[in-house]
Amino acid sequence: MIDYSTILNPQVQALKPSGIRRFFDIASEMDDVISLSIGEPDFTTPWHIREEGIRSLEKGKTWYSPNRGFEQLRTEISRYMDRRYGLVYDQKSQVLVTVGGSEAIDMALRALVCPGDEVIIVEPSFVCYDPLTRMAGGVPVSIATTEETKFRLTAAQLEAAITPKTKLLVLPFPSNPTGAVLRRKDLEEIAAVVRRHNLFVLSDEIYAELTYGSELHVSIAQMEGMQERTVVINGFSKTYAMTGWRLGFAVGPAEVIGQMTKLHQFGIMSAPTMAQYAAIEALKNGDSDIEYMREQYDMRRRLIVDRLNAMGLTCFEPEGAFYVFPSIKSTGLTSEEFCERLIYSHRVAVIPGSAFGECGNGYVRISYAYSIRNIQQALDRIEAFLQEL
Amino acid sequence: MKRLLELLEEDSTLTVHELAVMLNMTDEEVAEQIRKLEHDGVINGYHALINWEKSNENYASALIELRVTPQKNVGFDDIAQQISRFPEVESVYLVSGGYDLMVCISAPTMQEVALFVQKRLATMDGIFSTATHFVLTRYKERNVNFNSPETRNDERGSNICD
Repeated sequence: MIDYSTILNPQVQALKPSGIRRFFDIASEMDDVISLSIGEPDFTTPWHIREEGIRSLEKGKTWYSPNRGFEQLRTEISRYMDRRYGLVYDQKSQVLVTVGGSEAIDMALRALVCPGDEVIIVEPSFVCYDPLTRMAGGVPVSIATTEETKFRLTAAQLEAAITPKTKLLVLPFPSNPTGAVLRRKDLEEIAAVVRRHNLFVLSDEIYAELTYGSELHVSIAQMEGMQERTVVINGFSKTYAMTGWRLGFAVGPAEVIGQMTKLHQFGIMSAPTMAQYAAIEALKNGDSDIEYMREQYDMRRRLIVDRLNAMGLTCFEPEGAFYVFPSIKSTGLTSEEFCERLIYSHRVAVIPGSAFGECGNGYVRISYAYSIRNIQQALDRIEAFLQEL
Repeated sequence: MKRLLELLEEDSTLTVHELAVMLNMTDEEVAEQIRKLEHDGVINGYHALINWEKSNENYASALIELRVTPQKNVGFDDIAQQISRFPEVESVYLVSGGYDLMVCISAPTMQEVALFVQKRLATMDGIFSTATHFVLTRYKERNVNFNSPETRNDERGSNICD
C-alpha cells in the first residue's frame, strides 16, 4: 500500500475543500429541491454569440490561438476597457486572454507573490483567493467587512491590515457573495492607502456589468496613479452568460501581463479557440444582451430583497452581482445549521455565508440567477421554514 | 409602462406588490396603471399558456388562409367580425401577401376542424377560397419554448466554487 499522504504535497493536502460542495451534494441526492444556490447565470449564451462559436467550428478553426489570445479579441477587449472605463491598454502587451477569470487570478497571484508576501483578501469573498495565494507561497491576511459598512472595504480597515510584508490587495467587487460594490469615493480612499504603502492591486471585476442603480461600476484602475499598479480581471462568464465557454481576461502593466503570459503559455497554452471567436462577437454586438440581463437580474433583486425583509431576514440591499446576503442572526442558528435545516425540512438549497470566510457566519448567500417563478416558490418555502423555527 | 406590460405578458400571476417592487414603483401606482391599461383595452385578459399535446384532452388546431372579397365601405371588417363570432375561432388576422385573412381555429378533433371549415367558413358569402393547414406540433408559443432541452432542466450546479 502506498501512503499517498507522504507523496502528495502537504501544502495542497492542507487546503480546505470548498464549503459550498457539501450542500450541492446534499441537494443532488434529494428530490424536489428548489435551489437558490448556484453562482452562474440562468440565461443561456445569447444565440448570436453561440452562432459565432459554431461558425468557427464549421470553418475548421480548431487550432490553438496565440498564447495571449487572438489579436482581434485583445483589440476588442482593449476597446471595451477604453469605452467603458476610459482606460487604455495596449492589446499587444497589456492584455491576456485566459481560461476564465479564475485562471487570470491564479496567474496574477503567481506572477506577483513572493514567498512570505502578505496578500490582503477582503472577506466574505469568492473561495479561490486564499488557496491560490497559499499555493503561490503567499500568506493570506483577511479583512472582515461588515454589514455596517455595506460590506465595503474601508480605507481604515486596509490601513490597519498593512504590515511591512504586505504586497498585494485582492479587491473582489462587485462581491460574490454579498452583492456589495465600491463606489468612486470608496475607491479613491482605498487607492490613496495603496499608493502610500506602495502596494499592488488584483481587482477581480468579473461582476462589473452587473451593477445596479444609476451609477455604473467604477474600476480602481481609473483612480489616479492606479492603472500602473493594478491588474484588472474580468471575463465573459457573468457578463454574457458564457460560463461554460471558459473565457476571461486580465489587463494591466505590460511587465506583469508579460510574466503572467509566460505562466499561461506553460500551463495552459491558450484559451479555447471557438470561445474566443464567440467572445469577439459578444464584445462587438453584445451590449444589448448585457442590458437585458442586467434588467432582469435587477427586478429579481428587488423582489427577493423585499420578500426577505418582509419575512424578517434583514437584508442589506445588494448593488451588484446576483446574490443577496441576508442576516439569519435573528434565528439564533449558525449559517451551517440554518442551511442544513432548511434543505432537510423544506428542500431549499442556499449557501452558508461561512463558506466565504469566517466573517460570513450569521449570513446565507442566496442567488437570484433563477426564474421569478423559482424564486417565489423557494421564498414561500423559506417563509414556512422560518415560521416553524 | 412597457416594462409593466412585458412583465404581465410573461407572467400575469405576479401580484401588484411584486410588480411594484420589481419596477421600483408604489403599489398604488402599479394598480392605477393596470386599471388604466385594462380600461383602455391595452390589457384584454390574463390567460394560462397550455401545451395541449401534453394534456390528455383531445385537441386539434389549424391555420386557415382565406381569400375574401372586400366589401364596399367596410372592406374586410365585416367578414372578419363575422368569422370572429365562432367560438372555435381563436384568432383572426388581416395579413399582407397572397391571401387576406389568417384564421386560427381549434376543436377537439381534426374532423371537427375540417367540418367547421367546410360547413361554416367556406360557405360564407364573400369567401372565395380557403387553405387549411393543420398544426402538427407546437414548438414555441408566445415566447415559450415547449419541449426545449434548454428550458427543461437546470443543468447547472456541478460547479463547487462559484
